[in-house]
Amino acid sequence: MIKKRSIVIPNEGELMLSDAIRKISQPSRRAFLQRTVTLGGLSLLTGCSISDNESIEAALTKVSEWNDKAQGVLFSPNRLAPTYPDSMITRPFPFNAYYGEDEVREIDGDSWRLELSGLIADKQPWTLRKLRTLPQTDQVTRHICVEGWSAIGKWGGVPFADFLKRIGADTSAKYVGFKCADDYYTSIDMATALHPQTLMTLTYDGQTLPPKYGYPMKLRMPTKLGYKNPKHIQAMFVTNTYPGGYWEDQGYNWFGGS
Amino acid sequence: MSTHDKQTIHPAWLRITHWINAIAVLILISSGWRIYNASPFFPFSIPSGITLGGWLAGALQWHFFAMWILVINGISYLLINFFSGRLRRQFFPLSPRAFLSDLTAALKGRLSHADPRKYNTVQRVAYLFVMLDILLVVLSGLVLWKSVQFPLLRELLGGYETARRIHFFGMSALLAFVLVHLAMVALVPRTLLAMLRGH
Repeated sequence: MIKKRSIVIPNEGELMLSDAIRKISQPSRRAFLQRTVTLGGLSLLTGCSISDNESIEAALTKVSEWNDKAQGVLFSPNRLAPTYPDSMITRPFPFNAYYGEDEVREIDGDSWRLELSGLIADKQPWTLRKLRTLPQTDQVTRHICVEGWSAIGKWGGVPFADFLKRIGADTSAKYVGFKCADDYYTSIDMATALHPQTLMTLTYDGQTLPPKYGYPMKLRMPTKLGYKNPKHIQAMFVTNTYPGGYWEDQGYNWFGGS
Repeated sequence: MSTHDKQTIHPAWLRITHWINAIAVLILISSGWRIYNASPFFPFSIPSGITLGGWLAGALQWHFFAMWILVINGISYLLINFFSGRLRRQFFPLSPRAFLSDLTAALKGRLSHADPRKYNTVQRVAYLFVMLDILLVVLSGLVLWKSVQFPLLRELLGGYETARRIHFFGMSALLAFVLVHLAMVALVPRTLLAMLRGH
């Protein structure tokens, strides 16, 4: 037992202290404190807590799911991200992926096919040539990375909502998922998929989309953070089952909207 | 009962919201440092030993958890403070002259603490400042989180990149307040007791 030796505090304080000692002597609480309060007060704040303590991690994941819902409510299907003049384009536009720039995948555009599956009426695969025949548009918007930095770029391609209608996708479904040639994968909510600025990108700054920005096709959404914008897309599917994502499955927020 | 009421320096609701706010701010600042480290816009990083979350995803989870606590608790505090009349009673009137004379007295160590239930003008200014600063941090944070969804707020704060700096400086001002606040508590320790037990 812990002796109360020379601690001089008024009555209420003594009650509080004995209460606290009783709580700490409970094994589960002690284990919790050992894991999260290791190096004095502030170390509640060190990294070990999130990876070591399953209950804290589970609670934070629940809050993150709640934040997905909150963002869904805040998301306006018609509110547009600001657009900028060409003169404001960030040059060079930063490369970003879960691997280094020297590992960028080189994809053969001629043999590339966009595979479609799930709640889609016409699952015929699409060639790059066929995608290029669809009406195109471009936009200069700000790309915001989850790390905090941002950069302005110019993307061109097919409005995703038009494409979804053309292939007879069930737009009342919850999710659109993507699988990429660089083994990346992610998924988005249908409301964002149908947003007027969501673009199946085939060009960057007026040129064919270069490999480092996701050749042959990337999905660009100025209403979402960078990691939600998949590059080198090979397959997409429409579903009501939560598909997750490469970063999302590791703890990054799924909605990832801005 | 009435003698007890007269002794009360801080009502229970104030103490509860104060400590919840303190915890939320501690989580938000320490996880915010980790988020800042992912892409620092000044030539320095925060030592990772004093940050929360372990890695960016963990820091973001803590940050977007504690923001709800800060906002819900902060709104409760402001509403009770306003409708109970305490805000007007404790913080006003504010006069520059009283501020200067209280500040001079404080710096000379001669500020009277005869009645701890009343704030002196330096306290009034400091606490009003931190309320407005937290408001600024919340609003700039909203622009960082949802820059597309809050266009008016985004433009008022000078756009996404400017809002990042405002958020950082707002945090710095909040931290400066906390340090001075803790120093004052260390100088007059019974104020800590009052914030714990009310009298």
